[in-house]
Amino acid sequence: MTQSPFSPGVAAGRLDDAAYSENFSDLHPALDPHEALVAADRCYFCHDAPCVTACPTDIDIPLFIRQIATGTPDAAAKTILSQNIMGGMCARVCPTETLCEEACVRELAEGKPVKIGELQRYATDHLQEQGIHPFSRAAVTGKTLAVVGAGPAGLSCAHRLAMLGHDVTVYDARAKAGGLNEYGIAAYKAPEDFAQAEVDWLLQIGGITLEHGKALGVDVTLDQLKSDFDAVFLGMGLGGVNALDVEGGDKAGVSDAVDFIANLRQSSDLGALPVGRDVVVIGGGMTAVDAAVQSKLLGALNVTLAYRRGRDRMNASVFEQDLAASKGVRIMTNVVPKALYGNGAVQEIEFEYVTDDMTGTGETTRIPADQVLRAIGQTLVGDGLPDLEKGKIAVTGAGRTSVAGVWAGGDCASGGDDLTVTAVAEGRDAAMDIHASLVG
Amino acid sequence: MANLQSNFIGIKSPNPFWLASAPPTDKEYNVRRAFEAGWGGVVWKTLGEAGPPVVNVNGPRYGAIYGADRRLLGLNNIELITDRPLEVNLQEIKAVKRDYPDRAMVVSLMVPCEEDPWARILPLVEDTGADGVELNFGCPHGMSERGMGSAVGQVPEYIEMVTRWVKKHTRMPVIVKLTPNITDVRKPAAAAKSGGADAVSLINTINSITSVDLDLFSPEPTIDGKGAHGGYCGPAVKPIALNMVAEIARDPSLRDVPISGIGGVTTWKDAAEFLALGAGNVQVCTAAMTYGFKIVQEMISGLSDYMDEKGFASVDELVGRAVPNVTDWQYLNLNYVSKAKINQDLCISCGRCYAACEDTSHQAISMSEDRVFEVIDDECVACNLCVNVCPVENCITMEAMEPGLTDPRTGKVVEPDYANWTTHPNNPSATAAE
Repeated sequence: MTQSPFSPGVAAGRLDDAAYSENFSDLHPALDPHEALVAADRCYFCHDAPCVTACPTDIDIPLFIRQIATGTPDAAAKTILSQNIMGGMCARVCPTETLCEEACVRELAEGKPVKIGELQRYATDHLQEQGIHPFSRAAVTGKTLAVVGAGPAGLSCAHRLAMLGHDVTVYDARAKAGGLNEYGIAAYKAPEDFAQAEVDWLLQIGGITLEHGKALGVDVTLDQLKSDFDAVFLGMGLGGVNALDVEGGDKAGVSDAVDFIANLRQSSDLGALPVGRDVVVIGGGMTAVDAAVQSKLLGALNVTLAYRRGRDRMNASVFEQDLAASKGVRIMTNVVPKALYGNGAVQEIEFEYVTDDMTGTGETTRIPADQVLRAIGQTLVGDGLPDLEKGKIAVTGAGRTSVAGVWAGGDCASGGDDLTVTAVAEGRDAAMDIHASLVG
Repeated sequence: MANLQSNFIGIKSPNPFWLASAPPTDKEYNVRRAFEAGWGGVVWKTLGEAGPPVVNVNGPRYGAIYGADRRLLGLNNIELITDRPLEVNLQEIKAVKRDYPDRAMVVSLMVPCEEDPWARILPLVEDTGADGVELNFGCPHGMSERGMGSAVGQVPEYIEMVTRWVKKHTRMPVIVKLTPNITDVRKPAAAAKSGGADAVSLINTINSITSVDLDLFSPEPTIDGKGAHGGYCGPAVKPIALNMVAEIARDPSLRDVPISGIGGVTTWKDAAEFLALGAGNVQVCTAAMTYGFKIVQEMISGLSDYMDEKGFASVDELVGRAVPNVTDWQYLNLNYVSKAKINQDLCISCGRCYAACEDTSHQAISMSEDRVFEVIDDECVACNLCVNVCPVENCITMEAMEPGLTDPRTGKVVEPDYANWTTHPNNPSATAAE
């Protein structure tokens, strides 16, 4: 450790190894078997349960919790995974506090919901750690399908199609499969390389070929895929990042939060990762929070998350906001960046205070910033795509696009929240629709 | 602080909480700890004849069933009577009684069903200064195979005969401990009375297999792959015990027989319920075996607070208060009509009442699109199942209908007068009301 949190500028090695290890350990340690039984016992087994309604993948939550309570966690896992093949990752990254656990009647009754997310992880880990893949393929149909993007939407779609007996080729621009699970979420939410372990487990179904380093529009074209395969599913996510269009926005020290997170996730030595002393993250979503919290955990002295509206409008959930605050991240609201200052490298950022309707107040403030991370939204990139709607591929029904034989889902498609669990649901539902159209 | 002094058949104790004859009262060491903790009395674990003591199994003696968070709800045991020499037990009883003269010291006995063994052991017990004896006619496992315990308690003639011998050979008060493994508990109670017993105590444990090991295919507890039935006790058996106590307490011919109530007493409230149903005191075992002797402090403070709240000056004022309200089904008021009512402010919309009523009862609860659950008075028979399955206390209540109102289910006006099955027109044996 040659640097400290006080060292100015962007520097690596601000903390000792023990601190990195502690900071990036599991956010929620796994439940042990007794904790799981106690947590499971709190479930009331509601009729037509509100938690199921709240789950984008419609997991039968009361059933899987009862299966845990009766000592059959593998049966619980099968209940989960039959609806959501990435139930393991969703158990880790779902904003359960705004989905199933918000709907839990015990949240209403006493402000303490059943720990649905942690129970889901208990069950799926129990099965997956044994290497058991509980699904098998139907007889091979001879149909071939192309899936673009090996993220949650693409892999969910590919798994379901493979299970139904089709042969699937998945194209992904990156070197590893997993999409945002691998490159885009905070390290402490899925430590110990869980994303790759889940991909490997998922591929045990068979019938799926992964083509790495193949980007749509660069290495393969949609027209080519359409002619080579019986159907195509687009689930490549949002590859572009909105620019910070202000004076000084191109200074050194300014970068994209998604790249910062991806570098961190792919790093084998956190002590070698440079981070600013005074970090400013611009944005109000999950990516902004993940970048801000991880900057702090890497040893930044001051981390500020700057958002243009009020806290109630932030896309990051209250849980995420509280997590950021608890790690020492300062959340500034109702501010928009006006200019970045510095001689070559950024040193300060100036904000203007704005009202909730984004009207400038004329009041400004300047804070030190030797690293600025942009997390102000991602965009769909690519040419020759089906028709778009508000910058995303327009879909109707179960992911049908304007082009016959082409489906889309996940972040690149219109509608739905940009959540892992939503992407999994969309991939699954598109697969069922594709299957119906192919064999119908 | 209410006065909890107890006088049960002339045996005085500072409170009505005794430890039952069981593992916690097998040794001087344990009993001294119990008295230090505040227990009013003990029934020393059953003594057998002089000579080589019985032997116990060397594998597990207990099996259990659990509720949430491994809360012990029921315990089963296959332990026999004391496996320590008679003279050792007698010396210890004498020493403890000498040091705790204000506590009740009753000694449980089980010897073969002949007069001589009883005649031999009773003077030895008297010599310890013990306050009384309890005849163990209840243990359902092991000893019963040798013609003792519940083998005696299941034959009223034997109960009467042995009780008579005991009364003949001792001046000490005699409590007869009854087994629940019979069809009508009033018969053995009557036999004890005929034999001259001063009191009965009940219930002893219930024949049981707690669970089956689904890998070994053996009952629990398992000894080298086999299991024998044990005696069941703990919170799970309380309802059975309460009913048996009440059956004796409300029987006109047994009304004067004092009862020591046993069976799942875990809290002051359980104890108060036994007292209200006619028990003069209570005996506790499983709760102490689960939590240790300290629980008696909660029992003392809880019963005391309750008595103060009710203005009872002595435990006797509570004893038997509920007995007049225990009746037969045929005397229940059929003109009493109530309906379930759901408090929407307390409802958390879990829908358990709906599932229970819709699937298994009378389709008397409606569910709206936005999960509002309401009782359909036209269908509600006031069965109480919704109240029982609701996870929120007092969210669903049973509300009595005022006389003069029309029950929408039957279309009949609620009558103000009491009327029961004995006079109901549908009863083929009905007698006209006079």
